[in-house]
Amino acid sequence: MNKELRRVSIVIFMMFLTLFVATTSIQVLSAETLSQDQRNVRSIYDSYKTQRGSILVDGQPIAFSQPSDDLYHYLRTYTDPMYSGVTGFFSNYQGATGLESAMNSYLTGQNSAQFFEQISALFSGNPVTGASVELTIDPAAQKAAWDALGNLTGAVVALDPKTGNILALVSKPGFDANLLAVHSGVESTNSYNKLLNAKTEPLKNRATTELFAPGSVFKILVATAAIESGKYTAESTLPNPVKFKLPGTNTFVQNSGEGKCGGKATVSIADALRFSCNVPIAQLGILLGEDVIRAQAEKFGFGKKLSIPLSITPSVYPEGMDEAQLGLSAFGQFDDRMTVMQVAMMSAAVANNGLLMKPNLIENVLSSNLAALNTPSPSQFGQTMSPETAASVRDMMIGAVARGVSSNASIKGISVAGKTGTAQNGDGEPYTLWFTGFAPADNPQVAVAVVVANGGGIGQAGRGNSLAAPIAKKVMEAVLRK
Amino acid sequence: MSFTNLTESIQLPRIIRVIPRNRNIEAWLLTFAIGLFAFELAQIQLSVLKILRGDFWLYFLPFAAASIAIHIVLRIRASEADSLILPIGVVLNGLGIAEIYRLDLHTVAVNGTELFAGRQILWTCLAIAVAALVVIFVPSHLFLRRYVYVSMFIGVALLLSPLLPFIGRTINGARLWIGIGPLTFQPGELAKIALIVFFAGYLVTRRDSLAIVGRKILGVRLPRARELGPIITIWVASLMVLVLQRDLGTSLLYFGLFIVMIYVATGRAIYVVVGLTMSISGALVASRVADYVANRFNAWLNPFDQANYDAIGGSYQLVQGIFGLSHGNLLGTGLGGGLPHLVPLAESDFIIAALGEELGLIGMFAILGLYLLLVSRGMRIAFNHNDDFSKLLAVGLSFVIALQLFIVIGGVTRVLPLTGLTTPLLAAGGSSLIANWIIIGVLLRISDSMGSGARNFGAVN
Repeated sequence: MNKELRRVSIVIFMMFLTLFVATTSIQVLSAETLSQDQRNVRSIYDSYKTQRGSILVDGQPIAFSQPSDDLYHYLRTYTDPMYSGVTGFFSNYQGATGLESAMNSYLTGQNSAQFFEQISALFSGNPVTGASVELTIDPAAQKAAWDALGNLTGAVVALDPKTGNILALVSKPGFDANLLAVHSGVESTNSYNKLLNAKTEPLKNRATTELFAPGSVFKILVATAAIESGKYTAESTLPNPVKFKLPGTNTFVQNSGEGKCGGKATVSIADALRFSCNVPIAQLGILLGEDVIRAQAEKFGFGKKLSIPLSITPSVYPEGMDEAQLGLSAFGQFDDRMTVMQVAMMSAAVANNGLLMKPNLIENVLSSNLAALNTPSPSQFGQTMSPETAASVRDMMIGAVARGVSSNASIKGISVAGKTGTAQNGDGEPYTLWFTGFAPADNPQVAVAVVVANGGGIGQAGRGNSLAAPIAKKVMEAVLRK
Repeated sequence: MSFTNLTESIQLPRIIRVIPRNRNIEAWLLTFAIGLFAFELAQIQLSVLKILRGDFWLYFLPFAAASIAIHIVLRIRASEADSLILPIGVVLNGLGIAEIYRLDLHTVAVNGTELFAGRQILWTCLAIAVAALVVIFVPSHLFLRRYVYVSMFIGVALLLSPLLPFIGRTINGARLWIGIGPLTFQPGELAKIALIVFFAGYLVTRRDSLAIVGRKILGVRLPRARELGPIITIWVASLMVLVLQRDLGTSLLYFGLFIVMIYVATGRAIYVVVGLTMSISGALVASRVADYVANRFNAWLNPFDQANYDAIGGSYQLVQGIFGLSHGNLLGTGLGGGLPHLVPLAESDFIIAALGEELGLIGMFAILGLYLLLVSRGMRIAFNHNDDFSKLLAVGLSFVIALQLFIVIGGVTRVLPLTGLTTPLLAAGGSSLIANWIIIGVLLRISDSMGSGARNFGAVN
């Protein structure tokens, strides 16, 4: 009988083994997936118990959780709507956006870097405290950008070209995240619907996710591609008729600053950029070809997903264009689309001798006991052009501000490099107004991109130089004043 | 004074003449088990209430006293009984009480009135008393053999009693209960013990004729047709349970138990093959014929499907249990730190999900490990006993714990379709507690008379 008993023992053992495997599979192997199931409310309840970490700028909280005497334990509080494009919101009813979402695992203390804290919390019986996130934002630059945009709809991004650190990131009109963080579901939902349905679309992040027609700021990219090709220099000349008939169409391209483009038979690339002439750049684009321009665009980051850790929508350079479309796209029309972040990255690359640093918003992540969990160091995005090309493009951009049509960004006593843009969006539609540049031109501390959407509220009357350049000037001054 | 005189002068009362080494080990382990129970209760009060309240003693003392009492009974009446079985039973039962109390505290916090811990403690004390009575009044391992056919009648009567009018009750769709007024009882739990006694007695007498194989068909030696009678009877009875009492788990439990016992008795693997074929075909037929079986299968195979999740009698409970387990992760939320109340019937059918959530995978492994140890102590008795009836009894009792655990926890962890069986010793419910403590009592009784213990005892007399 003992032989049979041994076999029964093996069967019993196999049954237990099956249970061991099944519990391991559920409790550990698929725990992550199960915790993310919409029907599993446990992670939501858990998040209430954790004191969510703060988001800090220069050591001062811009978002923090204060104790509250209700079932949610803590109330998320935001100090200033000018940071709404950075922090996003955290709401028990509407979910989370912005850094509140992107850095959620750190803020809730659930990141794997906080494993030992999680263990000690287990033994002490206290919930893990979330880590706080310190940002690279320069509060003076952020405030300058927020104030300078005023009531305009638009966005500003300012980068340190040498490190990729984001000094300012503003999206207007922005919103008061406190209205969504309230613990009353009715209030929160009402506020959310109001923001969602508002004409100015305040919940959109115009700095990171919204795509705009770049207009003339795209000329920087075409000029870079031309010089980088080795076939052109800043002084290479192009034919400069008053009107240029796009090949295969009856459409004519004109220069916007009528007459300002020299009025001679030819014009140099440097002067074309300085006066922002469409006719020579359209021809240059056709001469270079789609592939050369696309290759340059991709070096700047077009078509790539980027996480700063806010996710940046990839910018678009159209594919399969005919010559007419290629000509239009060379000065930032047709289907070219760029984020403000991408425009700022382009200037930053020129400013940093062609080496583009990866934009980054996180200075460091500190656990509640002040241990550094994550300190991102500057990382390279890639060499976008040779230092020589960068120097050449920089000089052209200096000319555009000092002696050209981007003059409103000039700062007394400091050399500023820059380029304006005024993009058309179709018949009767308001223009998109741009400025991008950097300063000081000889030792760049800040690269900036400004967009003013909806023509700045004055339809087709505004220009990049009249509305966007002064904003960029104030942001650069705020960074340099220190 | 001569040497002989010395030994005579220290003639001691019989109970302490034998040095009860097993009982001393048991005493230490029991101290630990009771201490663990105190720790669990204190942890729960501190975690949920933030203070240690006076009613701690109300929950602690009765169970601790009952555990010590049965230990003393063993010292007197079965001093050589296995030393691990009782402490394991106490740890598991204590853990069950603690978790049920923890769920009660949540119920109180949300102004609920349906509390279970007090009743569970009462039933536990009663169950331990019954186990003590088994140890006291079952004088030897051979005693039960006299009541083989009586056991059969008791077993069948208990099994079928929920089908009676007036006292039969249907709870959660299964007709497994009898009730008088507010008191309900699940007689199937006790029936399994009676039937094990019957199987063991019946198989010991008939093993030789059952072992004779008949004609060879398709290269397989089949049992003789008339020897298939009992297995077919049990199969039909199991199907009746499945169809009339609407419980897949009980049906599976009885049939699996019988197959294993007949295999051990005869050594004929063909019974296992025939048995598995019969149970699989039975389950397939049932899934076609009985709606509730089909639903259970569907919920088991596609629990996360939204339609199954939303359906009445669908996978909601199963999925919530799985969410609970996964919430526990490796280390658990700690007793009192989780949200086990989100799972329906967390105190009974899904107590293992509640414990898995709060104690984590580590706790789950510890619990399963304790059960495995308990079952292997039972199997050890079966291995070491000289008497065939006791061998079969021990393997039956051990295997029924293992199989029931497999069906229940397998149901919660999606190894099997979910059924309505209770987790031995952990789940809230009086009938289950009494049945499992009787099993512990019988195992302790048979273990006292095996191996070296019996020889020592004989030598002293």
